[in-house]
Amino acid sequence: MKRWAIWLPLGLFLAFFGLFASGLLKPDDRLITSKMVGKPVPQFALPAAASDRPALSSADLATGQPRLLNVFASWCVPCAAEAPQLMALKQAGAQIDAVAIRDARPDVDRFLGRWGNPYSRIGLDARSSLQIAMGSSGVPETFVIDGKGVIRHQHIGDIRAEDVPVILAKLAEAR
Amino acid sequence: MTVRGLIALILLVLATPLVAQTALPPAPYADRQLDDPRLEAKARDLMLTIRCLTCQSQSIADSNASMAGDMRSQIRERIAAGEEPEAIRTWLIDRYGDWVSYEPTAAPILWPLWAAPVLLLGLGFVLMRGRIRRRKGKV
Repeated sequence: MKRWAIWLPLGLFLAFFGLFASGLLKPDDRLITSKMVGKPVPQFALPAAASDRPALSSADLATGQPRLLNVFASWCVPCAAEAPQLMALKQAGAQIDAVAIRDARPDVDRFLGRWGNPYSRIGLDARSSLQIAMGSSGVPETFVIDGKGVIRHQHIGDIRAEDVPVILAKLAEAR
Repeated sequence: MTVRGLIALILLVLATPLVAQTALPPAPYADRQLDDPRLEAKARDLMLTIRCLTCQSQSIADSNASMAGDMRSQIRERIAAGEEPEAIRTWLIDRYGDWVSYEPTAAPILWPLWAAPVLLLGLGFVLMRGRIRRRKGKV
C-alpha cells in the first residue's frame, strides 16, 4: 500500500463533511418556480367564482394591457394577509384578475366581502387545473401577464408591502 | 378523568385545524381507481414518480394534500382518455421543471449519477485484480 493511501479515508471524510455542512448551512429554498414564465398563458375558460364579477378565460388576459393574475383561495390564510397590498396595487393602476382555487361561490363572496375585492374578473378553478397548467405550486401566487397574454413574472407567496413596487415595475416592463 | 379534562378533550376533538385545506370534496378520480386495471397500473406507475408540490418529499400517490389529489385525478382522467404517461410527465416538467419528476433524466448534471456504478465497478475490479496478483505472488 502506498503511503498517501492512508490519508484517503480522512480526505473522503472531510469532503463529505464539507458537502453536508454546506447543505445544512445554506438557507432552505423550497420555492418551485413556474417554467411557464416567458410562455403564453394556457388556453382555458373558467366559470365565475363570485356573484358580482364576470368569469375568466385566457382571452381576457390578452387585451393589449399588462395585467396581474392572482391565484388565491378563500380558505387560504396568507391570501387574506395580502389583500391590502392587492388594493394598493389596484390603486396604483394595476388591472387584477384572479382565479379561486378549489373554492365555492358563497365562500368566495364571503372572503371578498370581508377582505375587499380588487379583482376585475374571477375564475373558479375547482380542480386546480389552471393552477397546474400555469406551473403554480400553491396559493397565493401572482403572475404578471403582458398585453399579448404572455406570462412575464411570477411572485410566489403573499405580496408584502415591500413587494408592491417590484410588481409595479414588472408591470411597467411588460407594457 | 376530571370533568374539566373531559371538556378540554371534547373541545380538542371538535376544533378545526387553523391552516385548513379546502372544504371542497376531492376531485372524482383523486381517490378512486380507474375501472380498467391496465390503465390504472399505468396511472399508478406515473403517480408514484411525480413529486407532490405541497409536501415536497412525497409522491402524489402518497400525499393527502388537496393539490396532489387534483393531480392524481387529472392524471387518471388523461390516461383514461388515451394519453401516454411519458407525455403527461413531459407536460408536467414543462411547467414545474425536472423537480416534479422522481425519474432521473439524461441531463448533463446527472451524468456523474449514471457514471458512478461504472466507476465503482471498475474500481472494484482493479482492487480485486491487485489482491489476486498479490496472493499468487505469495504462493
